[in-house]
Amino acid sequence: MKDFFKKLPEQAVRVVTVFIGLVLILLVVWRFILPPELKDHDLQITATVEREVAKEIKYAGAQICGQCHEKEPEIKKVGYHRDLSCESCHGAAQKHVENPTEVKPTSPKKRDYCSYCHKYNSSRPTGFPQINPDRHNPRKPCITCHNPHNPKPPTTPRSCAACHAQIERAKAASYHALIACAVCHTTPEKHKVSPRTVIPTKPDKREFCGKCHDKGSSRKGVPTVDMAAHGEKYVCWQCHYPHTLGGI
Amino acid sequence: MDRRDFLKHFCWVISSGGVLGGVSADAWARMLNKTYDTTKHYYGMGIDIDKCIGCGRCMEACKTENDVPAVPYYFRTWVERYVIKTDRTVSVNTINMESDEPGDVLVEKDVLRSFFVPKLCNQCDHPPCVQVCPVGATFKTDDGVILVDSKRCIGCRYCIQACPYGARYLHPETRVADKCTFCYHRLVKGLLPVCVEVCPKQARVFGDMKSIASPLGRFTRMNKIHVLKPSLNTDPKVYYANLDGEVN
Repeated sequence: MKDFFKKLPEQAVRVVTVFIGLVLILLVVWRFILPPELKDHDLQITATVEREVAKEIKYAGAQICGQCHEKEPEIKKVGYHRDLSCESCHGAAQKHVENPTEVKPTSPKKRDYCSYCHKYNSSRPTGFPQINPDRHNPRKPCITCHNPHNPKPPTTPRSCAACHAQIERAKAASYHALIACAVCHTTPEKHKVSPRTVIPTKPDKREFCGKCHDKGSSRKGVPTVDMAAHGEKYVCWQCHYPHTLGGI
Repeated sequence: MDRRDFLKHFCWVISSGGVLGGVSADAWARMLNKTYDTTKHYYGMGIDIDKCIGCGRCMEACKTENDVPAVPYYFRTWVERYVIKTDRTVSVNTINMESDEPGDVLVEKDVLRSFFVPKLCNQCDHPPCVQVCPVGATFKTDDGVILVDSKRCIGCRYCIQACPYGARYLHPETRVADKCTFCYHRLVKGLLPVCVEVCPKQARVFGDMKSIASPLGRFTRMNKIHVLKPSLNTDPKVYYANLDGEVN
């Protein structure tokens, strides 16, 4: 055996030694240095999920706020902001939950904050209450007139134009300018305070327009047609829009 | 029989009953220790385009909760504003709450349609980003969320290129790929993702597709559902209602 090693050329011994050395280093690295999650896919997944789960929660969630604050959720749940989570305005509050006396959540009081949602933007869905901050009581903080926990217009709007200004402006230039909104739309008083749930009526029959515009009508100075022959099966407002100039 | 004997017998009867009833000690332990079981959940999100007001609360809360850099180039979720003009030109901009958008000044007459589209990682069922990762750093969990192993990720940006929804970014500090995780650290503790939590209009709905009574189930039943880029067969799990055909 000794002869066999002696007979080997020196270069071969060196190459084999280096090779064995490399293999040993590799084994040591694999065995002792590499963390187990780099070697096993399942372990890697578990480790990542654990790391992900251990991340800090910063928003506490709306459920927990009501456990201490009793008054605000009661006010809020009947108002327009009922679906709004507390932290949408007051910011991340998990720290406040853990340490209620020392860490206080923010309470936005500036106009810019309400503007995030209520500044006019033509891409917002119609019907969402929006204002032009440059014209709507400039520089006055919103909370002087509106309670953010139950926001309402400070006074109930008197005329329809407070909300339906576009229709009011169009109507003012039309032949119907002198006809009040209530002539055609029966408006329950409650519509002023809950505009979405109580909705005014709209005329639904040809005969409604016919009261003034039929041939036999007693109105003076109103264009009349023979309702029986004119327009066939169509209702009037399919061709004539009653709010606009000229009505057509 | 003294008290000790009584307790001994009592425990024996109870435990044998458990074994007879098919509940092994192992299962007992699992039920007691582990309240969250990944295989019992499969998460998805619904987004109602008609409700989004583009207030950007989700973007801001997400940045706070998940330590996303505050500069407006890195997002886990973002909101795009679509403006489709009457000449059929479409402009898409990610909204930026910090700046006064010049896009705000629109000639209403020229606008055909305009709306906001919240976007985030679609948590695809067949995720292209997982396929391309050369080191296997990104994977899908049993509950359907795509996660990134930040220790294994080498920051090669393949996944960022591969994502058809542009949902990933390279975190400037950690230099690894980062993306929406549906706020995984909140889910396992029974909280909602933070964007859903703070959305003032409930434009975002979150739910478990393995649960019959999940809000997402109702959302998908009540609305006509679209997903982004369905032709790519990625099977996204973010479901859009009232989605415009121009959105991609």
